[in-house]
Amino acid sequence: MKFANLMSTGGEWLRGEGPHHQIVISSRVRLARNLKQRAFPGWAKKAERTSILELIKPRVEELPEMQDSFSELLQDLSALEKQVLVERHLISREHAAKSVGSAVIMNRRQTLSIMINEEDHLRMQSIRSGLQLKSAFKLVDKVDSALESKLDFAFDAKLGYLTACPTNVGTGMRASAMLHLPGLVLSEMINQVIQAVNKIGLAVRGLYGEGTEAMGNLFQISNQHTLGDKEDEIVSRLSKVIETIIEKEHDARQMLIQKKSNTLWDQIGRAYGVLTFAHAMTSKEALNLLSIMKLGIDLGAFPEDRRLPIDELFIETQPAHLQKSSQQKLNAEERDHLRAQIIRERLRVFPKPDITKLAKESENGSAPEPPTNE
Amino acid sequence: MLCDVCKCNDATVFLTQITEGKMQKVNLCDACSKEKGVQDPTGFALADLLLGIGAAEEIEKGASSQKCPMCGFTQADFKKTGRLGCSVCYVTFAEGLGSLLKAMHKGTEHVGKLPQRAHREVELDDRMRALNEDLQKAVAEENYESAAALRDQIKQLEHEKAV
Repeated sequence: MKFANLMSTGGEWLRGEGPHHQIVISSRVRLARNLKQRAFPGWAKKAERTSILELIKPRVEELPEMQDSFSELLQDLSALEKQVLVERHLISREHAAKSVGSAVIMNRRQTLSIMINEEDHLRMQSIRSGLQLKSAFKLVDKVDSALESKLDFAFDAKLGYLTACPTNVGTGMRASAMLHLPGLVLSEMINQVIQAVNKIGLAVRGLYGEGTEAMGNLFQISNQHTLGDKEDEIVSRLSKVIETIIEKEHDARQMLIQKKSNTLWDQIGRAYGVLTFAHAMTSKEALNLLSIMKLGIDLGAFPEDRRLPIDELFIETQPAHLQKSSQQKLNAEERDHLRAQIIRERLRVFPKPDITKLAKESENGSAPEPPTNE
Repeated sequence: MLCDVCKCNDATVFLTQITEGKMQKVNLCDACSKEKGVQDPTGFALADLLLGIGAAEEIEKGASSQKCPMCGFTQADFKKTGRLGCSVCYVTFAEGLGSLLKAMHKGTEHVGKLPQRAHREVELDDRMRALNEDLQKAVAEENYESAAALRDQIKQLEHEKAV
């Protein structure tokens, strides 16, 4: 499969159809595995990395899950193509920096992506839309079992699967979900939630993982420990925590509707206004405003059938996607103009925010209160 | 250029460390450089930044001149990169890694998935242990006939394990 085909098919998780999809954008589970008695990719010389790659790649390509797959050596991908894959969360930022001796293989639906010679010899990731951690784990676990029958993985009876970084040893598993939490951010309760989540051994990160900023009210929640718990325990505990956060987000939204409706409508109106009329927009501003539009759809201020165009803009306005679709390399200023133009065109037929539904809901609440100036 | 630690702010402190002839570069923002005490580069190690303060000291507790027999990785390398060289390093540096893993994780022992191969090894080990116990019991009871049968079974199992 060619890169162009990959671009044109959006990938399952981008369509946003899974359970709790209004709040949970995607669920991911990745497993780290290494071959026995071979140097880890960061320490191996180029020749060893290449020989490890040649050993693993055919085994991955022959998996039934990888029929009609996209398989590419990292040196054969342009910087822009790598960045597109990063923006779709199909490869890590670290992997995008790799060249000779590394590869990526993914299925057509883009639910399964396998990196060879990232930080570990194998990084297998399954990504699903909405809250589907269990099914994501099931898929990647199946692939792991199939590969393990053909490759000799480094495993220790006491420490489990051995990984380049000691933080991944044991299960080698990182399960994570991307959550859209504008309600908790607007009601200023997000820090409380983050602290509580951190306390129970889970990590909260920004859009592109470790060390990245939270933009567009998007947060990644994942397990921190990999040693001492079973995989299914980690997955079900994380799922439970996420379900609780979903409840908190709904509560925060109700609270905003009832107590801070003016602020809420102002935010939605401003997001609509700026996105409809701006002529220059950074990706950060776009994400933040699109997040409010998404909230507006969730709350009924915009019709439900406008959800897909907004969801698509989240990814299409990212720097690499923007340049890939325009078929040229653009500087930051040109990107900001093009981004604003694409958004304006998409919103041209977008109805104005309708707050009557919101107002009705605030009346239905326990404390019926007309919007007042706060 | 973004800070290597928080990856949010622009890096303002550019640090180059040369250890045993190998050059290592780190870019930090103002806040992170202060937090990590990089104002004084003499007492600073990359492993500390990546795995938290104290990581480099932890692994140093083992014999410091140790070198992994499989891949030639040393503790100085771990101090620099925060990553290990190969799976055998977990045995080579077991002593220092023990307390590091304890601080890092919930438990100290893997209780999750077993690869089929490992599964088979565990199973054979269990059977071997049971046979040896039976053999000792038979010898103690001077039941040489069953001891001989058990000895044959153990030989057979050893052969299976070697395959």
